[in-house]
Amino acid sequence: MKRIFLTLFILGVFAGMVFTALHKNSSDTPSLTKLKEEYSAKRQPSVDHSLFPELKKKFKRPQDVTAACISCHNGRAAEVMHSNHWQFERTEYIVGKGIRAIGKRNILNNFCIGITTNEQSCTRCHAGYGYADTKAYFSDSLDVDCLACHDNSGTYAKMNEGAGMPDTSVNLTYVAQHVGKPTRSDCGACHFFGGGGNNVKHGDLEEALFDPTREVDVHMADDGVNMQCVDCHTAQKHQMLGKMYSVSSMNRNRVQCETCHGSLPHKDNVLNDHTLKVACQTCHIPEYAKVNPTKMFWDWSKAGKLKDGKPFELKDSNGTDIYMSIKGAFKWEKDVKPSYVWFNGTATHYLLGDRFDPSKPLDMNHLMGSYNDPDSKIYPVKIHIAKQIYDTQNDYLIQPKLYSAKKGDGGFWGDFNWERAAEVGMKAVNLPYSGHYGFTETRMYWPINHMVSPKEEAVQCGECHTRNDGRLADVGGFYMPGRDYNPWVERIGVGLMAITLGGVFMHGGARLVVSRKRKRNV
Amino acid sequence: MKKEYIYHRFERFWHWMQALLIIFLGVTGFEIHGAFTFFGYENAVQYHEIAAWSFIILIAFAIFWHFTKGEWRQYLPTWKNMRSQADYYIFGIFRNAPHPTKKTVLSKLNPLQKLVYAGLKALIIPTMVVTGLIYMFYRYPQRNEVLGLNISGLQNVAVLHTIGAFLLVTFFIAHLYLITTGQTVTSNLKAMITGYEEVPEKDEKEIQKVEVGTPQIGEVAK
Repeated sequence: MKRIFLTLFILGVFAGMVFTALHKNSSDTPSLTKLKEEYSAKRQPSVDHSLFPELKKKFKRPQDVTAACISCHNGRAAEVMHSNHWQFERTEYIVGKGIRAIGKRNILNNFCIGITTNEQSCTRCHAGYGYADTKAYFSDSLDVDCLACHDNSGTYAKMNEGAGMPDTSVNLTYVAQHVGKPTRSDCGACHFFGGGGNNVKHGDLEEALFDPTREVDVHMADDGVNMQCVDCHTAQKHQMLGKMYSVSSMNRNRVQCETCHGSLPHKDNVLNDHTLKVACQTCHIPEYAKVNPTKMFWDWSKAGKLKDGKPFELKDSNGTDIYMSIKGAFKWEKDVKPSYVWFNGTATHYLLGDRFDPSKPLDMNHLMGSYNDPDSKIYPVKIHIAKQIYDTQNDYLIQPKLYSAKKGDGGFWGDFNWERAAEVGMKAVNLPYSGHYGFTETRMYWPINHMVSPKEEAVQCGECHTRNDGRLADVGGFYMPGRDYNPWVERIGVGLMAITLGGVFMHGGARLVVSRKRKRNV
Repeated sequence: MKKEYIYHRFERFWHWMQALLIIFLGVTGFEIHGAFTFFGYENAVQYHEIAAWSFIILIAFAIFWHFTKGEWRQYLPTWKNMRSQADYYIFGIFRNAPHPTKKTVLSKLNPLQKLVYAGLKALIIPTMVVTGLIYMFYRYPQRNEVLGLNISGLQNVAVLHTIGAFLLVTFFIAHLYLITTGQTVTSNLKAMITGYEEVPEKDEKEIQKVEVGTPQIGEVAK
């Protein structure tokens, strides 16, 4: 009886252990069902703009639309004029460089390099009208482009090389009567095409996100919650939450998955332990550029070849540009596994005029962080590599004039002359140009935040916890089970096992031989 | 031949559960270590954790049993007969010499076993349990900002755990072989299954000197 009782008791304890181990304790996550409910609710606009007499007229100039907007929404234009979308720069503290005003206006990138002297073309994506050169007037509230972000008609478009003016085809009255909260189409019109084409820059922001499936982006999916950009990139007084480390440096104003999902979102505690050092994106965005390829390599040094005196383009079998006389040679990739880095939310930047060592690749932006830094986590990034023009005497990068309004103005895209492009561009940024240029390798790091996959597609344990070239093979500074080991412990351990095994076989063999002999002798 | 009661019921249960768990922990553990792929990493981690907790429970029961029954004294290392036991494994066993130490319920372990098992129980298993628990909970201090207890990384913990694992595998190999060195090749194994070991009749007199039965607390020392 006692024994039966004891056995039952032990079995009971074991069963209890197994049960509790399988049922990991819950987390602080609001339930996904609730989140889905909240975010899939259809927004009902509170007013019908098409009924307002202010908007029932023919607008000659886009500025007149702005005037009509601010006649009711007073004070809003001033908010926009304080925003990054308007200013194209912000005051940031950069480690090692101090407080600087940086942004699209003055920072160089790895794609079309920089906007100075190219405003006419680049500022198509400025939230204003008439940003045509460095001296552009930035204080007239009527130049605020309300429609670029608030068009809900889907018909608004900015003119190519129009310094931010709307395309002539746009019916301003119709657009003005159909305004509302920004949609993916509004944001995507600029943010999906940065760098001169679809998905050139980000890799995780592209036209496929206008109507994505769940596999492409679980949040924005038409067949899912159908979230809009502004559901996460919320705004107070037109100051958007979120920024990109191509043009910002500080750990602030970031959109965080945790805001909705909590910091311990998994049912499994082992997974929750990861969130201390691993960003959500690392596991939940197994691939980017899921639909269309993204540019991974851009070689400006090959630009300028002409056929019969005329620029030309080459496309690969998928119809993707691989060479353009105006831009050089490219490499694109689709379904890209991200690279991974430690990142604490701060970045340094290459700033105009900084001297560098041309024998080594130059980081245009460097993401800071390490394992030992408690603010750092492992993040997925796209690393874009370029070869771009620099001053071989002064050892700094050159801001070339690329856009050409007319032949002979020095713009490379009209004249195909790097000498002139460098001369005109550097004059505009007030830096001496030695007259000697070369091309150097530059790198740019783009954190990957979008194209979150359904949870079933998330990166599996064994993709990192492996000795064979896992996703985190190059991420150092810490011991990761499954990837790392102490080579001496392995050698000695295996040796010890082998010696023991050998000893067993020798001893056992000897016994066998001796006992056989004995039997024969008996 | 005569049957001698050596291993109690709980002792056998404990031994075999421990054997199963250690083998299972070894397989899942070395998979987590990256030595091979069998269950898949995620499963291996889950199974390893469940087995680890089961093992800890088992250890708790075993400790209770060892102390209430006084069985822990079986493992007190001794120099007595150490030399003759070593001599037996090196020479005697090949000459069909008798075992230098007699196995009884009151003295189950020979001097070499005492030494190895004491090391196992006092050193290796505790190391594995402690490093294993740290492994499971090392995020806890940082997560809860108990910075004084913060463990910056797994490196040392994991390496210690790995060393322990290699030693256990080594023990396991030797143990499997030494099972065959009893009175007959299978007598040790049979004893651990049934509790009874067959001993030659000629030993009967000596054994009868000792009263066979379940010793009470503290009785073993007499």
